[in-house]
Amino acid sequence: MKKGYFGDFGGCFVPELLMPPLLEVEEAMQKIMPTAQFRAELDDLLHSYAGRETPLTLCPNLSQKLGFTLRLKREDLLHTGAHKINNTLGQALLAKYMGKSALVAETGAGQHGVATAAAAARLGLQCTIFMGADDVTRQASNVCRMRLLGAKVHPVHSGTRTLKDAINEALRFWIRSQESTHYCFGTAAGPHPFPTLVREFQSVLGQETRKQMLAATGRLPDAVVAAVGGGSNAIGMFAPFIHDPEVRLVGVEAAGTGEAGCYNSAPLNLGTDGVLHGNFTKLLQTADGQIEPSHSVSAGLDYPGVGPEHAYLHATGRAEYGMANDAQALNAFQVLCHTEGILPALESSHALAYVLEHPQAFPAGGEVVVNLSGRGDKDMDIVRHALSLEDL
Amino acid sequence: MHSLEQKIRATQSRFALIPYITAGFPTRATFWQQVEELDAHGADIIEIGVPFSDPVADGPVVEDAARRALAEGMSLELLLSELGARKHSLRAGLVLMGYMNPFLQYGLERFARDAAAAGVQGCIVPDLPYEEAEEFRLALRAQGIALITLVGQNTSEERMRLYATVSEGYVYVVSVMGTTGGKGSLPAAAAETLARARKVFTVPLALGFGLEKTSQVAALPVLPDAVVFGSALLRHIDAGNSAASFMQNFVNN
Repeated sequence: MKKGYFGDFGGCFVPELLMPPLLEVEEAMQKIMPTAQFRAELDDLLHSYAGRETPLTLCPNLSQKLGFTLRLKREDLLHTGAHKINNTLGQALLAKYMGKSALVAETGAGQHGVATAAAAARLGLQCTIFMGADDVTRQASNVCRMRLLGAKVHPVHSGTRTLKDAINEALRFWIRSQESTHYCFGTAAGPHPFPTLVREFQSVLGQETRKQMLAATGRLPDAVVAAVGGGSNAIGMFAPFIHDPEVRLVGVEAAGTGEAGCYNSAPLNLGTDGVLHGNFTKLLQTADGQIEPSHSVSAGLDYPGVGPEHAYLHATGRAEYGMANDAQALNAFQVLCHTEGILPALESSHALAYVLEHPQAFPAGGEVVVNLSGRGDKDMDIVRHALSLEDL
Repeated sequence: MHSLEQKIRATQSRFALIPYITAGFPTRATFWQQVEELDAHGADIIEIGVPFSDPVADGPVVEDAARRALAEGMSLELLLSELGARKHSLRAGLVLMGYMNPFLQYGLERFARDAAAAGVQGCIVPDLPYEEAEEFRLALRAQGIALITLVGQNTSEERMRLYATVSEGYVYVVSVMGTTGGKGSLPAAAAETLARARKVFTVPLALGFGLEKTSQVAALPVLPDAVVFGSALLRHIDAGNSAASFMQNFVNN
């Protein structure tokens, strides 16, 4: 396979000025990441700072209703509230070993921005975050958290004023600042080597799941299910199971409001092949190659592209990709609150929604794991508004 | 020798002038008039920007021009058909500058055929580094179109040597560590980059990104063969001035 590719997907479509820093990251991945010292330091951060390992929680009430055993991988319990911290601690530590003094990152919902700001503060790095101007408004409390953690947050007013434009601006900033700064990319997309780098740092959640399943049941799950925006929590869950053909890998994209032709965030299901943000993947685009706006009630899934490894797993059929719409996700959100006392992020609610909407797709009496990638505290305003729960 | 290299070599003792203008800017109705003025007032090569929704190598001026052109309905398909209708009317060499995805959706081989038929001699694709370029380069070369190499301050001599094996037409030397349209004086490193590129490449060197007048360039200890100016021209036109007056001021500088 060509370097940086997953089948036909992936690659490194960036300005020449970004090739030297990307080659530097690739070299650091090969030379620094495998060392015992780096591993030990990262493991300690993940354990004593971020709160790993996270539980694999059995859901007795939902399992009874569904007719199979449902377990949740509890990434919502991590420091800063989502799986994002697995990747930001890894990249921040790598940046430090590379001799960088600063991080730059994009953020959509703000979760990656908060996780980057926390990792930067912990490891003594400067931090600059680019965030779409509309997202700054939608996710004001996360902007506040980032600033409290010492990050400079720049609203991006160009284009659709959301995540994709924040990535454009972060890439531009990185061209200028590459000597001192590492680009802490937030999802398993972007130019090579980011899809591989982010997968490596997120795989810890799938590895734990595998071990915990074996310990609890003596067997592997029939299916693992995860929401897919850029796809970092899903690839982290899928990667350790890829060579276990008996384990179904189920990704869930956001279908948006759900009517035919609506804006959505489901490029694997509804998009076409193209190049955006440095990689060849599935995109929401016009026939002449302009990127279309995406939509999801979940800001963390609101992106018109998807990581290239998911495009590959989709093309080969090793993973299957369904969809859940805004209303189904909001329903799953409430169901989990009521039945199990867990308040999930709207991103993770999409994964759960797929299971609730399609219980027949899973074997009766079987074992299903849903990756609960984040907690829903950040979504209170959106949920209150969407459900018209003004009295909450 | 490629026709674009000939255009630059023909200027001999002066800098070849390469204005950049986004297709459909400032409006679709007045775009071609701008191109004709550039052609009539000393442009040796004209770079026409193919608008894209997510131009990561561009600063706010070019990005805004692209956004407006797209809102006016400009597309690669439309540009090629309008170009074809004017094929023999331009004196200057013709280069399209655009991001990979619109070319990819058009179809690389189909694009190369249609672009050659419309008189296009070169393409600049800012998000297509050496490692990803082979397929497009070969498709273009089969039609006589040069894929223009871009290098910058952080392009090592070793990487330049990679590019040198495949470079045609001219090499675009990016003057700053940044995006298009920065303002102010040229960094000293621009001259170092030119010197390194001069050692490695046999084709002419064009300097661009953030240039506002030729006097900025004339002060450099190492000189390029051509200068590219984009954002400054777009700002000038957007303020209600003519492309012709920009060329006159720029040349007189």
